[in-house]
Amino acid sequence: MIRSEILKEIAPILRDQLVICNIGIPSQELHAIDDQPTNFYMLGTMGLASSIGLGLALVQKKPVIVIDGDGSVLTNLGTLPTIANNVAPNYILLIIDNGSYGSTGDQPTYAGRKTSLAKMAEAAGCERVIECRAEETGQVLQEALDAGEMTVIVSKCESGNAKMPVITMDPVVIRDRFMKAVEA
Amino acid sequence: MSIDKKITEDLVAAKIGFVTTVPCKQLAGVIDEIDRHPDIFHIPSNKEDEGMGLCAGAWMGGTRPAIIMQNTAIGVTINTLATLIQYYRMPLPMLISYRGELREPVACQVEMAVHTKALLAELKIPTYHFHKQSDADELPNILDYTFMCNKPVAILTDANFWGGYGDQ
Repeated sequence: MIRSEILKEIAPILRDQLVICNIGIPSQELHAIDDQPTNFYMLGTMGLASSIGLGLALVQKKPVIVIDGDGSVLTNLGTLPTIANNVAPNYILLIIDNGSYGSTGDQPTYAGRKTSLAKMAEAAGCERVIECRAEETGQVLQEALDAGEMTVIVSKCESGNAKMPVITMDPVVIRDRFMKAVEA
Repeated sequence: MSIDKKITEDLVAAKIGFVTTVPCKQLAGVIDEIDRHPDIFHIPSNKEDEGMGLCAGAWMGGTRPAIIMQNTAIGVTINTLATLIQYYRMPLPMLISYRGELREPVACQVEMAVHTKALLAELKIPTYHFHKQSDADELPNILDYTFMCNKPVAILTDANFWGGYGDQ
């Protein structure tokens, strides 16, 4: 199972939630599968999806789901202690860990070798960390929403990308409709 | 009122409720004030680009943010400023300790100080430089301006503004 298949499967769960989606192909895939005003697509700035989502979760009550990648979390590892030490019960970080930098040609990441992001999240102090197989992602995500506890999910899947068009929506439009959805 | 308290009160008066910080010796007093203030959620970040991500999220969630950091951070955050804060048109007041200016005791700090204003100018970031404590009288106007125009705005505060480094 590759990332786009996971996204297709969890799209009905994501639809009613605030979603911050990682830069590059993950955002293109989510945009093509089920574009929603509640989706904030990152068009630049690799690594900051988890930080944007945490800032959002800390100032308002609606659940926030961050769809991140192993490569992007590795580029902003300082995010894990910040998440652990500023607990937002409405925050879910879903790391789709395909062991590769998908948007740049599937070069392997260290998460696909010796490094365990789940163990790093635990060592950072995150209390609810669940590593699952790709096929279990929907169930684990729904349980995290139902639990109402800050959760880090590491979903281990295969490397690979679906062919989807580049997002041409203006960034200010993405941001403006997202802010209206947050406020609604 | 101390300058640290005045700056904090100005942030609160501008309805800023979420402040992220990466520390600096010069900023220690204002960071303490912010940490104590009941109307501000203070979230230390590990790196300044991470902090800007947190601020972007807080602003989209309806709370006005600010970041407090050293000028060396301009070197760290250029991509984030261009492709997140500016690209999505987000307001971000940046209170910056301007290390490497007059009365600086550490030579290496000068190496980023000489690039600081040039980089901010290249990014077309409105920039204000506080050299005397009376310069901070402009802070409320600068904060209003930032949230009026939805841009990152830099407030450089040098060693002279903070009263030097003890015997310097």
